[in-house]
Amino acid sequence: MSEPLLEARDLTKNYGTVEALRGASFTAYPGEVVSLIGDNGAGKSTLVKCLSGVEQPTSGTLLFDGEPLILNSPNDARGLGIETVFQDLAVAPDLDPAANMFLGREILKPGVLGFLGVLDKKAMRKQAAEHFTRFGATLQSIDVPIAALSGGQRQSVAVARSVAWASKLVFMDEPTAALGVMQRERVLDVIKRVRDEGIAVVLISHNMPEVLSVSDRVEVLRLGRRVARFKAADTTVEELVGAMTGALSQEDAA
Amino acid sequence: MTDEKTTLSSPSDDQRTSLLKRLTGANTLWIGLVLLVLVAVFGAIRPDAIFQVTTLQFLLAETAVLLVLSVGMTFVIITSGIDLSVGSVLVFASVSSAMAMNSVSGGDATNAGWGVIAFGLLVAVVSGAVWGLLNGLLISRAKIPPLIVTLGSFGAAQGAALLLNNGSNVSGIPDKLNRTFGSGTWFGIPNIVIVAAIVTALGALLLSTTRFGRYTYAVGSNEEAARRVGISVRGHLTKVYLLAGVLAGLAGFMGNAFFRVAVVTGHETDNLNAIAAVVLGGTSIFGGLGSVLGTVFGVFIPAVLEKGLVIIGVEEFWQPIAVAIVLVAAVWLDQTRRRARNQR
Repeated sequence: MSEPLLEARDLTKNYGTVEALRGASFTAYPGEVVSLIGDNGAGKSTLVKCLSGVEQPTSGTLLFDGEPLILNSPNDARGLGIETVFQDLAVAPDLDPAANMFLGREILKPGVLGFLGVLDKKAMRKQAAEHFTRFGATLQSIDVPIAALSGGQRQSVAVARSVAWASKLVFMDEPTAALGVMQRERVLDVIKRVRDEGIAVVLISHNMPEVLSVSDRVEVLRLGRRVARFKAADTTVEELVGAMTGALSQEDAA
Repeated sequence: MTDEKTTLSSPSDDQRTSLLKRLTGANTLWIGLVLLVLVAVFGAIRPDAIFQVTTLQFLLAETAVLLVLSVGMTFVIITSGIDLSVGSVLVFASVSSAMAMNSVSGGDATNAGWGVIAFGLLVAVVSGAVWGLLNGLLISRAKIPPLIVTLGSFGAAQGAALLLNNGSNVSGIPDKLNRTFGSGTWFGIPNIVIVAAIVTALGALLLSTTRFGRYTYAVGSNEEAARRVGISVRGHLTKVYLLAGVLAGLAGFMGNAFFRVAVVTGHETDNLNAIAAVVLGGTSIFGGLGSVLGTVFGVFIPAVLEKGLVIIGVEEFWQPIAVAIVLVAAVWLDQTRRRARNQR
């Protein structure tokens, strides 16, 4: 297998006396879908926060393309082509999908107008529409506020937005939670499509069949440590659940 | 993908909601219609009095100062904030500007020239900016709620203005300033109204076409989302309150030109009038939604009501009651719409 894209070694994270991570390791290879699973409180969210720059680990090392990496803010991660789809979506409900996609990265008009900060709304709408099409987000109209969309459509926009700016890796924290069957399929489809473009996807999910259907690899966290790593093709739901609950463990995983 | 009917194949115009639909969906249109109906009703009852040039001129000129305040307030309310200090900042800017003009003209600026007037404008704008900056920093850095911060500066700016001149009005406003911008007209339109119109147009463009405007909506719509995409929320909030302060300073200077004196009283409810105008104009008190055009309508509805009721002989005490009803109805409408929207 190729060199890891993003690697975490022996991360610890303490919140006061609570140890959320106790020497957790994690590896993501370029262009793969790797699922991060674990029971509630296993440290999945904390790990993702440390890997996307939202939180800083108490100790441990991060490597990106083999180079040591320190992330002080989500902007640092973003600068490297790492994006995150947050569980709470974090969209601006009063803005339309195009405005949300380009939020913080607006296209300005050329020349003097651009210097004055005037937006090129047409260009943004055009690019957003093309992008949503590419990732299968179906929207009846591109200029209604996000709040007027259904939950699934909102989710599609949030996913499409992160995918648009990620060049290396996307974290998706429960992107299919609270979605209908159709919409779930569509999000999983987007995940595969992103992978096919050579971008790594880290999927956090509680849905085991979903994890197995979309992932290349699965890493299991338990009590703040990595306890198992599987190739999705060679494993079963029973094995995954066993690793999550501690019934099964791999000696070399940590 | 392009053969799928449900998928966006190209950003052609058929995906955009039609102009008519967008207009009727907006509060702005309805509030504009309310204004039009008011003018029509009063006009039908007493056409001779309403459509008199002097009546209209006076109505416009009186409203110009409030309009400038309300443009700043629109930005603040869209960030889901509030600025109670605008009227006091106006008074402070007005007094300090008048005193500054007097002091560089040897005590009385009545016959002063354009140089002194320009200095007076600078003083007014800078003193407005200082209060605005103070508001902005306390709100964005110290994380004190806008209601409390601006309630504080509402009192403090008023007090400071009274201290400056021992609580009395400041006279000695340059005649030139009053003749040009106070009572002067251009093709029948009072010059002070033209100034207000230019400020309003610039504010509307800033809000609807620029990145600054987009961030204003984003911060008001979901502060956390704005922060996560890397927008400096603190910096932006500071700038918005700074803008409101600068406009209050300018409004103070316009008041000087119009009334020929820096008045220390009579602006205690400017803040509430501006807030009412902004909310009447369809800007959501919860942030993220609103327009400067709506605010223009919102400023004129109470003004037209007041003038109209006087002219048709209804006691003018009905005016605040009528405005109150429209105001509460506007917010109720906004609430209902949001609830319907969020249920999806």
